[in-house]
Amino acid sequence: MIPLFLKPRPQDLCPQNGPYPSLRFKNEESELRSPSEKGDAEVFPIVESRVLATAVKQFKVTAPEIARKRKPGQFIVLRTHEEGERIPLTIADADPEAGTITLIFQEVGKSTAHLGTLSSGDSLLDLIGPLGHPTHIEKFGTVACIGGGIGIAPVYPIARGMHDAGNRVLAIIGARTKNLLILEEEMSKVADFLRVCTDDGSYGYPGFVSDALQDILDQGTQIDLVVAIGPVPMMRVVCNLTRNRNLKTIVSLNPIMVDATGMCGACRVSVGGRTRFVCVDGPEFDGHEVNFAELVKRQRAYLPQEKKSMETFQHAQGACLGGKP
Amino acid sequence: MAEPPEKKKREAIPRQKMLEQEARARAKNFDEVPFGYNPDLAKLEASRCLQCKKPACVKDCPVSIDIPSFIWMILQNDFLGAARKLKEMNSLPAVCGRVCPQEDQCEKMCVLGKKGEPVAIGRLERFAADYERKHGEFVMPPKASPSGKKVAVVGSGPAGLTVAGDLIKKGHQVTIFEALHKAGGVLVYGIPEFRLPKAIVQAEVDYLQNVGVEIKTNQVIGQISTVDELMAAGYDAAFLGTGAGLPTFMNIPGENLNGVYSANEYLTRSNLMKAYLFPQYDTPIAQGKKVAVLGGGNVAMDSARTAIRLGAEDVYIVYRRSKKELPARIEEVHHAEEEGIQFHFLTLPVQLLGNDEGWVYGMECQKMELGEPDQSGRRRPIPIPGSEFKIDVDLVIVAIGTGANPLIQSTTPDLKTNKWGYIIADPETGATSKKGVYAGGDIVTGSATVILAMGAGRQAADAIHKYLSE
Repeated sequence: MIPLFLKPRPQDLCPQNGPYPSLRFKNEESELRSPSEKGDAEVFPIVESRVLATAVKQFKVTAPEIARKRKPGQFIVLRTHEEGERIPLTIADADPEAGTITLIFQEVGKSTAHLGTLSSGDSLLDLIGPLGHPTHIEKFGTVACIGGGIGIAPVYPIARGMHDAGNRVLAIIGARTKNLLILEEEMSKVADFLRVCTDDGSYGYPGFVSDALQDILDQGTQIDLVVAIGPVPMMRVVCNLTRNRNLKTIVSLNPIMVDATGMCGACRVSVGGRTRFVCVDGPEFDGHEVNFAELVKRQRAYLPQEKKSMETFQHAQGACLGGKP
Repeated sequence: MAEPPEKKKREAIPRQKMLEQEARARAKNFDEVPFGYNPDLAKLEASRCLQCKKPACVKDCPVSIDIPSFIWMILQNDFLGAARKLKEMNSLPAVCGRVCPQEDQCEKMCVLGKKGEPVAIGRLERFAADYERKHGEFVMPPKASPSGKKVAVVGSGPAGLTVAGDLIKKGHQVTIFEALHKAGGVLVYGIPEFRLPKAIVQAEVDYLQNVGVEIKTNQVIGQISTVDELMAAGYDAAFLGTGAGLPTFMNIPGENLNGVYSANEYLTRSNLMKAYLFPQYDTPIAQGKKVAVLGGGNVAMDSARTAIRLGAEDVYIVYRRSKKELPARIEEVHHAEEEGIQFHFLTLPVQLLGNDEGWVYGMECQKMELGEPDQSGRRRPIPIPGSEFKIDVDLVIVAIGTGANPLIQSTTPDLKTNKWGYIIADPETGATSKKGVYAGGDIVTGSATVILAMGAGRQAADAIHKYLSE
């Protein structure tokens, strides 16, 4: 059992100011803001928070309607505070009876780092979903479910759905190193066969998930469908491997999004030479048709701004924690 | 009682201008451009109105505001009365006073316009609404006794807000479902702060809530609930005013390069997500030095004027026809010109050029000439062979219109749509192919104006009321 996340949060240390005092800029807009701005606002309490691996956290959030409605493969968008971004995250699991959904995220930038400062007892400001098309689940036969790094989070509900639909599930999950690996126990429960890999060989099979897949294919194992989710280079390598064998491969994409309802087009990708919107046409596509090179470039569009945002955040956090950045 | 001035004297009064921020200063800030009339200017302008017995202006107002009456009240110093008169027919006067194309509607019909300049109806509307917001107290409008009927309004843009405002006064229980985290639709995500301050939209939304409308944000209908599920959950009627929420691209090579935005994305980042205040707000926006905006409508002008405020050195409007055909309001074009926006007319982008990192650095264009008028009555642009040329740009904003968002239509099988995916609705009533379900605004007509969406909302509200009363 992984212990509850007990790191002191900045708001615990600066109670008079609330979270990140120096990030709360006053401006005319916030002066004019009325309490009703969010309409008849719902709140979304975090009822459980856990650290799954280094910088990887899991929240259970109360959202009864989404918990009831969501299907594997779908995602939500959340906001943590009024000045915050709209953050898309896959729904890793849901408990319709308890009315909760499970979200898993890695702290990679300012917004996810800020999200990571929240824990049980806190609430999300906004939660929108479920979004995107659900995974097409039926009895295919043998399905290889491959998750790399944080991509194991979106693969897990799909593996579970495939398992429940009567498929034989071959699961391959991997991370850079042992302490970044998540959901091994959960995956083992829904997989008929589980191979765990680490890039550095610190745990399980030494090598990439694509190496493990290659092994399995070389052994002559019959696979009817591959679902691969993870960093773009990983998905690209897996797709190159399966393309030669004419083995259908579904990938789930995570481009930059803003509204995530089809309105802005930030998430456009080229699939089979056509521009598609990941938020309303996806998030899953035939991996053999996706232009991964373009996707990688589009994901990097705001690197300078993300760096600046993170520095401002860390500076504010450092100032609050006693001046040490 | 103030009397209008003598005919001679009155005819000598020119149409009053609003004071506004100086162009060079305002191109560096997001504050609203015009300051609006003060009471003296408003009364002077109001005194120009002839108080026609058969006012032509009212006929061309999509929501049939009693224009002579509210202007008369301004002249009588009864500014709050004027605002209430406006609100009888128009739930969003402060918005319409700013963004309506009055020059094509009420003011176009004004008798004074035949010889000289029409009465500045829009500016007077804006004045009265602003005065009420600043000085008036909330007055609960007369409401019919509760009907016991529930109406779901999908979308909180101009159409949805109008339907909600009308039906709540008729005694129905109204819930608005908004997909984004903030209510207001295009008024919040699309139209920039310098043209429509968000505090004004918020005041209108607050007003509706005070009157009793329930607003649920973060609700993507078609996903969290389908229209059928809403009806099954006890709503007696539904209005779909979801807007034209799907950006159109040119389908030319290079459109997926970094630094190429749809106008929807560019404006949503800046307006809804407040990216112009980055890093105070977390959402970033690319700041180009040389920005090309493709298209010639109001959204193109809004995008170009946002780009210049975000620090661009050169901003070009690239439009394939000539200045005469620009669909944007004259006032917006004029403001853009004043702020230093450059216009490339009769120019068609054919390809966007990108560097190794996938960022746009240039644009290949072709010169056009105008041929015979097409179906829209505008002269068709025809490419001139051999006229290709290149423009250096590091940001491109595609503002050529929007299509129909598929989320509701694809989950409501018995809702009929046309070949472009827009919902088919009766132009008089907004009734769709589905019983009890009405629609209006851009999701029916394609990209149009705030006031036309409000007009459609008004008609649909009347039809829904009739349907619920049967």
